[in-house]
Amino acid sequence: MSSNKVIHAIYNDDDILMDAVKQTRKAHHHIEEVFTPFPVHGLDKAMGLAPTRLAICAFIYGCIGLSVATAMMNYIMITDWPQDIGGKPSMSYIQNMPAFVPVMFEMTVFFAAHLMVITFYMRSKLWPFKEAENPDVRTTDDHFLMEVAVKDNEEELTSFLRNTGAVEVKVIEKH
Amino acid sequence: MYTFSKNLKNIALALMILGLVGIVYGFLSAPKTIEEVEKIVAESHHGGHHAEATTHDAHATEATHETKAAVAHEEVKDTTHAVAHNTEVKNDSVVASENDSTKTEVAPVVTENHDNHTTTEVPHVAKVDAEKEHKEHIEHVFHQLQNKPWAALYVACIFFLLISMGVLAFYAIQQVAQAGWSPVLFRVMQGITAYLPYGSVIFFILLLLSGFHVNHLFVWMKEGVDVVGHENYDKLIAGKTGYLNVPFWLIRAAIFLIGWNLYRHLSRKNCLAQDEANDNLFYKKNFKLSAAFLVFFIVSESIMAWDWIMSVDPHWFSTLFGWYVFASFFVSGITTISMVTLYLKSKGYLENVNSSHIHDLSKFMFGISVFWTYLWFSQFMLIWYSNIPEEVTYFITRIKDYNLLFFGAVALNFLFPILVLINTDFKRVAGIVVFAGIIILFGHYIDFFNMIMPATVGDQWFIGVSEISSLLFFLGLFIFVVFNALTKVPLTPKRNPFIEESKHFHY
Repeated sequence: MSSNKVIHAIYNDDDILMDAVKQTRKAHHHIEEVFTPFPVHGLDKAMGLAPTRLAICAFIYGCIGLSVATAMMNYIMITDWPQDIGGKPSMSYIQNMPAFVPVMFEMTVFFAAHLMVITFYMRSKLWPFKEAENPDVRTTDDHFLMEVAVKDNEEELTSFLRNTGAVEVKVIEKH
Repeated sequence: MYTFSKNLKNIALALMILGLVGIVYGFLSAPKTIEEVEKIVAESHHGGHHAEATTHDAHATEATHETKAAVAHEEVKDTTHAVAHNTEVKNDSVVASENDSTKTEVAPVVTENHDNHTTTEVPHVAKVDAEKEHKEHIEHVFHQLQNKPWAALYVACIFFLLISMGVLAFYAIQQVAQAGWSPVLFRVMQGITAYLPYGSVIFFILLLLSGFHVNHLFVWMKEGVDVVGHENYDKLIAGKTGYLNVPFWLIRAAIFLIGWNLYRHLSRKNCLAQDEANDNLFYKKNFKLSAAFLVFFIVSESIMAWDWIMSVDPHWFSTLFGWYVFASFFVSGITTISMVTLYLKSKGYLENVNSSHIHDLSKFMFGISVFWTYLWFSQFMLIWYSNIPEEVTYFITRIKDYNLLFFGAVALNFLFPILVLINTDFKRVAGIVVFAGIIILFGHYIDFFNMIMPATVGDQWFIGVSEISSLLFFLGLFIFVVFNALTKVPLTPKRNPFIEESKHFHY
């Protein structure tokens, strides 16, 4: 890229923001990022973001949890020390399975939930003591900010964004 | 307006005729006399010993036989059965007049198979026991085989009746919850519940026939079960006659069926009146009516489950049974809504229904399937875990005689839906939803089969002409009534307060 410049266009209404995003995409300007104080329904679609694969991860994690629970209890209760505990049949896993199902279920949910959350944190780079990245404090309260990359067309892009209903348009030098 | 296609009408009529023929055949081919059963059993004896041995085990689990078995020496108990069985085989192969020789023939068999046991007393026990048991066994099988066509009819009838009840409950919930997505489907639901009056009448006739001893589906209706000293006297059932007696049982059934039909009638009437009204008075009426119905429904549903399903096993009881039955027909009802909707949509009749509506229905199918499994497992596991004899016989007979069906139902109603419908995209694809729907409906038929059959026909079950025909007959009737009702009124309500939202619903 020829420059590190970006333009911050600030809006104060999510409907105007949505329109602006659609127009900007139509005009083939690259939207780097959009900051909003709350989820704007349909924004990801308007921006053309790829759908999340977090649910697929969760399914896989759930399968892992189920396997862990099964292997663990099979080893402990059946293989390692098959004691007669209150007449429960411990000759094979399947014979005593109903007693294991609560654990199998909980472990599946536990793995699916926790690993998915951790995946989410890692993918969105969230952790304690992480430096906040919001370019304008107002975006956490009541303003919406669209960040558009500049490629030698600063003048044109600024006026274009002004026309999309932005209340404020700033050119920012990024490090 | 929907027009009933000629094709579908012919299919429905064909199903009904075919089913009716099969039902009649089922009744005609059921054994009429003990002698016929004697022949059937004799034939099956040549087949193999193992099958017979399990029958005897099944017998031992029953209360009446248990007392007798307990009289025999604990140690000899198992042997007695084995020997009794051996004798029986001999009896069948040898002419009846040669009974004397049976005794001598028994002895070598005993010594051969059971050297460890005292040979002196075993033959004696065996002979007395064998003849008595053989007679009782044949009589038992006779009743089971006679029950077969009745039970097949009963299962299919209650299954379709409860499907329409599941739809009605879902419909009432949608009204009360003021759901914004479903009003475009209200007319479809009303069309499906049009089966309710027909199903109720047929079902009530079946109950009446049972009540007047035309069949033996309900053991507790037997003559003299509550008369001390009578050969049919059953102390456990006698203690329940305050609740389980035919007049009270029929009155309850009548109240429930009338209550449900009344709601369905009034609700539809109000919904149609709302179309022509200038205010929302009828909508509000329907709202209150639905709320009241849901209260009545949950009480009547629970009692209905005890009366019509649990009471075929009058020695057994389970507290969450009502919920379990509810989950089973509720998910079937939702599946039916989904499939009828998809059919009408594919014919171009529901222009306001989009894939998001289908998605919502699929989510309900998925969620309630899991809910059914949760209740199935909770009921099974609690009883399995504590293993209290008086409760656990219920599952022992099912696992022993209905193994594939019993566990197959879980696979069909849980594994398939959870793997097929967990994917968001799949929930919108008509072909996949229809596939999952067929699996779910079939699975829940099997579920009802598992609830009724073990108590009525026991190990004599078979999914044959009677069962399939009954199912086809009611399927045909269901299709005929439902799609006929759909032609009567426009498929989209005109001025439901939520109809606009529903038309533009997307998820």
